[in-house]
Amino acid sequence: MAVLLLAEHDNETLNDATAKTVTAARAMGGDIHILCAGSGCGGVAEQAAKLDGVTKVLCATDEAYGHDMAEPLADLIIGLAGDYDHIVAPATTSGKNVMPRVAALLDAMVISDISAVHGPDTFERPIYAGNAMATVKSTDAKKVITVRGASFDAAGEGGSGTVEEIAAAANPGLSAWVEDKVVESDRPELTSAKRIVSGGRGMGSKENFEIIEKVADKIGAAVGASRAAVDSGYAPNDYQVGQTGKVVAPELYIAVGISGAIQHLAGMKDSKVIVAINKDEEAPIFQVADYGLVADLFDALPKLEAAL
Amino acid sequence: MKVLVPVKRVIDYNVKVRVKADQSGVDLANVKMSMNPFDEIAVEQAIRLKEAGQAEEIIVVSIGVTKSQETLRNALAMGADRAILVEATDNVENDIEPLAVAKILKAIVDEEQPGLVLMGKQAIDNDMNATGQMLSALMGWPQATFASKVEIEGDRAQVTREVDGGLQVISVNMPCVMTVDLRLNEPRYASLPNIMKAKKKPMETKTPADYGVDVSPRLTIEKVEEPPARKAGVIVGSVEELVEKLKTEAGVL
Ligand SMILES: Cc1cc2nc3c(=O)[nH]c(=O)nc-3n(C[C@H](O)[C@H](O)[C@H](O)COP(=O)(O)OP(=O)(O)OC[C@H]3O[C@@H](n4cnc5c(N)ncnc54)[C@H](O)[C@@H]3O)c2cc1C
Ligand SMILES: Cc1cc2nc3c(=O)[nH]c(=O)nc-3n(C[C@H](O)[C@H](O)[C@H](O)COP(=O)(O)OP(=O)(O)OC[C@H]3O[C@@H](n4cnc5c(N)ncnc54)[C@H](O)[C@@H]3O)c2cc1C
Repeated sequence: MAVLLLAEHDNETLNDATAKTVTAARAMGGDIHILCAGSGCGGVAEQAAKLDGVTKVLCATDEAYGHDMAEPLADLIIGLAGDYDHIVAPATTSGKNVMPRVAALLDAMVISDISAVHGPDTFERPIYAGNAMATVKSTDAKKVITVRGASFDAAGEGGSGTVEEIAAAANPGLSAWVEDKVVESDRPELTSAKRIVSGGRGMGSKENFEIIEKVADKIGAAVGASRAAVDSGYAPNDYQVGQTGKVVAPELYIAVGISGAIQHLAGMKDSKVIVAINKDEEAPIFQVADYGLVADLFDALPKLEAAL
Repeated sequence: MKVLVPVKRVIDYNVKVRVKADQSGVDLANVKMSMNPFDEIAVEQAIRLKEAGQAEEIIVVSIGVTKSQETLRNALAMGADRAILVEATDNVENDIEPLAVAKILKAIVDEEQPGLVLMGKQAIDNDMNATGQMLSALMGWPQATFASKVEIEGDRAQVTREVDGGLQVISVNMPCVMTVDLRLNEPRYASLPNIMKAKKKPMETKTPADYGVDVSPRLTIEKVEEPPARKAGVIVGSVEELVEKLKTEAGVL
């Protein structure tokens, strides 16, 4: 049988999270079919067909799918589900929104945010903010799964899947999209960035937070933040790293003025190299840091910017 | 309208969890338990709707062990009107899966006919982020997840959602299920007089069988392990030394 994989995209570009999910799907066994649902997303379907291991792309274009609304998207997936043993999506906010709905409609238990595949029905997932790793086995006929991008490498290109247009499902008309409030940025996206510089409450103000951005731009890094920094209005919500924000695993993560609460560590402790800059030598962030600098950030950051 | 708020009793977010030596799970004996932080935000939002004259009655429900009563009393002390405890297990370590919780909640929604179900976006123990979406699927209702702003007008609600790219504003038909994110509000503390008053508020006790729901798990836990530990790092003396080490030793610059 086969895996149906929901592509993450913005109707123009395929998100990197999709290629990472393909790697997880390959470990589940069977053909991989990607579902590209969107509005005017034909280009994305072409990109998806090139991913290694993908045999077919199903492309459903309709206004109703343009903004990842859960209700019409779930109905579309349910209509296709009969042919598949595994229905998977990246554990992005849109994947987490729609997949539990799909699972409930199939009377299956969703398996959220898996970090490893041990077989067609056995998966590992972090629980308690990553303080424990559970291996779970599903007894459901169909497995409905979201995949943690930070735990899998992206599948390469070189595939030659076919693209098939499919019809839209009836729109249940329960909800409507109003608007997106997205800040455009030239910086890399947090979850796919190789380097991240994050600021916490220690930054003190929105103006001071700009030093983080300067250092990030010097090394082509994405910018992240702790919840305290977001709550205080120093940074927008989509910068939040942690248990309830984004989970990242870059090659380099620089945490500045962040204490290292377990909820923050949950989102970044799988980074390859962690640097912590904090004036409190007792701060828990130093326990996970490869390189720690005990210093006042207002002194250290300008020096760092100059040295890079 | 009635508002239904499911609240879960979970390990307190400040507790450092310990994995049991036999790898069967996490040690929950004698640790501090609290209301899931997201659920406090959901209760607070329901109370604000009531204060604004948009809701008449707030019903809180918890599914789990007998001690979940404490969590319900806490919600009653914050300002909820009555509570339903569904005793589904006598062992704290037997967590009830979101699908089963959603089925029980559906039966309660069918009975109580609330105009809105407000719940947490995820429980901080199992981090499934699933129950609200599952309940709305079973009801055939719309879902507004990860809400950071909620405005209800007549038979529609406009909800701002925290998504990966920033914020998304959607409009949903009522009744619906909303799941709340951290920045929706700042939950109040229960005052002492309200804690006393809460003791007299009604609390019904039920079992899953009363609702005809089978809570047997679909996922079996094979094992629970400690995550791999990071190896100890070093403290550097200066910014120069840091940059040098990142270039030569770590090779990431
Ligand atoms: C349900 C729940 C979910 C949560 N989810 C998340 C999440 O997803 N992500 C997240 O980050 N948090 C999350 N939190 C919050 C988390 O518990 C912490 O409150 C938060 O991470 C603290 O942020 P911080 O480290 O920036 O602030 P603080 O803990 O206040 O730390 C600030 C640090 O800055 C240092 N500092 C101050 N001034 C300077 C200076 N001049 N120079 C150098 N260092 C300085 C201080 O020594 C201190 O260590 C969650 C909490 C709950 C209850
Ligand atoms: C150590 C350990 C042992 C486990 N053992 C077992 C086992 O033996 N058998 C088994 O089947 N599963 C077991 N599990 C898995 C567990 O049952 C589910 O995976 C878990 O309940 C996932 O959901 P969640 O609570 O994170 O829900 P989420 O979907 O994240 O919760 C979202 C919201 O739903 C509402 N909600 C959720 N649960 C309740 C509730 N009980 N009452 C009221 N409202 C609620 C709240 O508003 C909450 O904010 C175990 C997990 C662990 C960590």
